[in-house]
Amino acid sequence: MEEEMMEGGGVQKKFMFVNRKAPYGTIYALESLEVVLIAAAFEQDVSLAFLDDGVYQLIKGQNTKASDMKNFSPTYRALEGYDVEKLYVSKEALAARGLTEADLVVPVQVLSAAEMADMMESQDVVLSF
Amino acid sequence: MKLAVLVNEGPYTHQASDSAYQFTKAALEKGHEIFRVFFYHDGVNNGTRLTVPPQDERNIVKRWSELAEKHKLDLVICIAAAQRRGLLDEGEMKRHGKDASNIASGFRISGLGQLIEAGIQAERLVTFGD
Repeated sequence: MEEEMMEGGGVQKKFMFVNRKAPYGTIYALESLEVVLIAAAFEQDVSLAFLDDGVYQLIKGQNTKASDMKNFSPTYRALEGYDVEKLYVSKEALAARGLTEADLVVPVQVLSAAEMADMMESQDVVLSF
Repeated sequence: MKLAVLVNEGPYTHQASDSAYQFTKAALEKGHEIFRVFFYHDGVNNGTRLTVPPQDERNIVKRWSELAEKHKLDLVICIAAAQRRGLLDEGEMKRHGKDASNIASGFRISGLGQLIEAGIQAERLVTFGD
C-alpha cells in the first residue's frame, strides 16, 4: 500500500467510495456522502465510483418533493469545493439504463468494468455502499 | 495484521452482523489486532442494550459486549446514524432532552472521523454489509 506523509504529519491514503444503489429507496447513498465529506475533511485522497443503480444518484432533475425525501443531489456538485474531483461512473451501468454523461449533474470519468477494476485495485481503502 | 471492521447492517435481519462478529472473533483468536469495529447505517442497532431475543437464540448485542470486554475491543457507533435511529448514550440523552439512553456495555458513540481514522490506521478495513 502506498502511503505518503502529508503536511501536519498525517497519513494520506486512497479512499474509494463505491455507490451501488439508487438514491432514495435506501439510505446508503445519503450516508455514503456523509462519509465522503468526512474523508475529505481528513485530507484523504478521495474518489467516488458509481455502479449499477448507483448511477441514478447523479441524475439531473431530481425532484423529491412528492416523496418527502431530502434532495441531496446538489451535494455532488459541491464536492469540488472539498477537493473531491475524482468521480468514476460505470460505462456498462449507464448504457444498461439508457443514460449518458449528459444526463448527470457533474462532470465524471466514464470507465469500463475492466478500467473500474484497475481503479479499485489501486486504492488503499474501498468502502462499498 | 492490524485490521478494522465496518458493520453496515442491523442484527437479526441481515447476516452482516453475524459474519462481522465471527470474523472479528476468529481474527483475534489468530492473534491479529482489531483496531476498531465501526457500526454504520442500520449497523448502529447492534449496540442497543434493550434487545431481548428469545433465550434459545444467539444474543448478538451481548456477544459483541462480551467480546469487547475480553479483548478490550473498541466498538464505535456512528453518532449521525445513531441519532436517526434512536440510539443514545447518556450524554446525547441529556443533550437532546430524551428520557432514556440505550447503549450496550462496551460500545461508545462517536463521529465518522473514527471510521476514516480506522481506514488510515489499519492495514485492512473489512466491510460487512449488503
